[in-house]
Amino acid sequence: MDLAEAPARAPRTAAAYKSSYKPIWCPGCGDFSVLSAITKALAKLDLTPENVAVVSGIGCSSRIPAYTSCYGFHGVHGRALAAATGLKVARPDLTVLVTGGDGDGYSIGGNHFLHACRRNVDLTYVVMDNHVYGMTKGQPSPTTEPDWDSKLSPGGTGVRAFHPLVIALASGANFVARAFSGDPNGTAEVIAQAIVHPGFSFVEVLSPCVTFRPEQRDWKDAVHPAPVEATDDPARAARRIMTDDGFNLGVLYKGNRAPYKGYPAPARAGVADLEKEFEL
Amino acid sequence: MPNASPQKTHAAGGVSIALAGSGGSGVMTAGTLLLTAAAGAGYYGLMVRTSGPQIRGGEAAALLRIAPHPIDGLDDRFDALVALDWGNVQRFADEIPLAAHSVVVGEEAEGEAPEIYRASGARYVAVPFKKTAKSIAGSWANMVALGFAGALAGLPREALHEAAKGTLKKAETVAANLAAIDAGVAAAQGVGGVTPLPPPGPRSRARWLISGNEAAGFGAIRGGVRFVAAYPITPATEMLEWMAPALAKIGGALVQAEDELASVNMIVGASYGGVPSLTATAGPGLALMTEGIGLAVASETPIVVVDVMRGGPSTGIPAKSEQGDLAIATQGLHGDAPHLVLAPTSIADCVATTQWAVALAEKLQAPAIVLSDQFLGQSRAVVDRPDELALDAKRIVPEPNAPDYKRYRDTPSGVSPMAVPGNPGTVYTADGLEHSEGGIPSGNVRDHQLQLDKRARKIAQHDYGERWADVEGEGEAAVITFGSASIAAREAVARLAAQGVRVKLIVLRLIAPLRTAELARALDGVSRVLVVEQNHSAQFHRYLRSLADLPARQQSFHRPGPLPLRPGELAETIAAWRNA
Repeated sequence: MDLAEAPARAPRTAAAYKSSYKPIWCPGCGDFSVLSAITKALAKLDLTPENVAVVSGIGCSSRIPAYTSCYGFHGVHGRALAAATGLKVARPDLTVLVTGGDGDGYSIGGNHFLHACRRNVDLTYVVMDNHVYGMTKGQPSPTTEPDWDSKLSPGGTGVRAFHPLVIALASGANFVARAFSGDPNGTAEVIAQAIVHPGFSFVEVLSPCVTFRPEQRDWKDAVHPAPVEATDDPARAARRIMTDDGFNLGVLYKGNRAPYKGYPAPARAGVADLEKEFEL
Repeated sequence: MPNASPQKTHAAGGVSIALAGSGGSGVMTAGTLLLTAAAGAGYYGLMVRTSGPQIRGGEAAALLRIAPHPIDGLDDRFDALVALDWGNVQRFADEIPLAAHSVVVGEEAEGEAPEIYRASGARYVAVPFKKTAKSIAGSWANMVALGFAGALAGLPREALHEAAKGTLKKAETVAANLAAIDAGVAAAQGVGGVTPLPPPGPRSRARWLISGNEAAGFGAIRGGVRFVAAYPITPATEMLEWMAPALAKIGGALVQAEDELASVNMIVGASYGGVPSLTATAGPGLALMTEGIGLAVASETPIVVVDVMRGGPSTGIPAKSEQGDLAIATQGLHGDAPHLVLAPTSIADCVATTQWAVALAEKLQAPAIVLSDQFLGQSRAVVDRPDELALDAKRIVPEPNAPDYKRYRDTPSGVSPMAVPGNPGTVYTADGLEHSEGGIPSGNVRDHQLQLDKRARKIAQHDYGERWADVEGEGEAAVITFGSASIAAREAVARLAAQGVRVKLIVLRLIAPLRTAELARALDGVSRVLVVEQNHSAQFHRYLRSLADLPARQQSFHRPGPLPLRPGELAETIAAWRNA
């Protein structure tokens, strides 16, 4: 950038991306830190708040849009990626973030997750995974361990947990990372990279639910940085992700897939030209 | 009458010809070329497609009606049935009614026509379509049938040639098939059974050859739609297939979604971004979309959903027409969810009504459902070029840095400026949760009441002008109808008028919100009504009764699809009911 064109203002701080609304979350919820990490990532990139849209579905973490100073869209359960896809394709000039939880993204929204990965529209999807439905007070989600006891599934579901990172990779996500809410600076760095990376970027954030999964407080002792750099080889990334302990943090895969082809192109014709094919 | 259909329906019948055969026999191509030839010769016409459930190779029929004046629907009987083979063509017996004067033309090699067609008393004529085509190297039997049918209708040979030349590419194929057409024309000499068309009138204005699906797609684009997301479904797919390249040309985009849940949420997202957006589907897709349409109501996001109705419930009869989605379109959303429901009244009107739906959605920041159907969508007609409507489709948006901006502010009209991402100083979060005027989620009693009132008021109080219905004719008896059912009703009323029987016709274009005051005015002096629709449970009649004060003397004429309502049976019903 030419220095003469540089903005005369100071770069924005994370606070510039926060709204004045008080989150509804429980004290100690990991989502507070993820919100903080998102605002730090936006500040790191110094994006103009009104040119950023944060889209979500339903759940505790899906409340994030209104807690930012960006344009927000809080839609229905499970359909955040669909709404965000429409928004980004219609408005490629915007930076579009999608936030949500494991139930919203992997269960009711599971089909959209697969197709958002393979479509590779330039979105950044931040999932706060706490292996539980918190807003409805403690039911098992697709990432819940099969033996986790709950009122809805006494003795556990007996159903194996879903592996979002492998699914994302197999479905074609162009950027795959794992972060931990207890490390907001590291999470901010990963989210900033995810926003900059072209195509569909997926960031799974381990974000404890201290109310219904208090044992997740121990995650802070389990997490550790991934021992190797991100790869651009999906097969290698898949092997690493499938064989790690589930607590490797950092960017795990950075792909080079071609971007989505269906964005609007400049008009070649006017509406009046379209009716020629009907004329007798 | 500013809203009268641009195509005045005549009482007279024109020529009706059905071309039938097994899939792959080329009957749809022959039918399309026959319509094109009629258009080229200066006639109006319509071609309705009907086919069995097989993707390829099942029975298929092209049902044509050609006349010197505009034609919106089918007649009571077919003058001729031309079959390239009898395969499973007997399955169309209900859809191809014949009269004693009719002629049934069959392939000579196949023997007699099925009993079900002979029962009408129609005369059978055997023609060696296949042998004739074989004798002209490189020609096809369907082109012999085209020549035969064209000659029966009285179309000039040159028009048939021109139509074929417009489709065929290779020079030798053209020559062979023009000869095949000529052989068909020759074989038809002296067959009779069909009163040939009188010469067409002068062409007073530009004409289009267009299907209802294309017309709805074009109307949407005229209205400003630049983003479409959709999932393929019969019989709406052709609308999407027409829109995909059209949008690409004019700077728009179409996304093929993974399912209808995605389609509707994609268009809500795109429209939130400020781009007028649409999806098209059929009943099963509409059912999946209802939650997303509710989101558009609550978040006050304009969207248009075109439902090309087919036989239901469930998978139903995918490729055949029925007006069975009126109830879900008007009542299918959860909560108190005011929205718009419109229905085009003809193939040509698909342009204007879809354009109007876009304008209303944008203006009122609400979802609009357009109830087309398989008959309108998949039929192709020669129509007068639909006029461009000067509609105010502007979405109200705030200025940059608008002071004290509240997205869901309670305004007198109920419409509040909708900020578009990128606009500085007006950030907000669109929400499906009930919210305060500022857009913050709220379960507060007052906020809920305020926002419910706001959303209801903007729909109820808008001035919809004269376009809400076509109100035609006078009389103490009135027919109230909507959508494709109105086509047969309009022709029935015209036939009765020609006999001096006066019946008022009210064709609703705006189904919801029901314009009860305007309807009451239209019913002024009417002492009895007949409500006409094509579904099993009289959904339209029940809808009207739930909201409007209809005269005490009322009757319903309803029948499920896929059998089309016929003008003759409606005229008889109306006459008998009027004399009762």
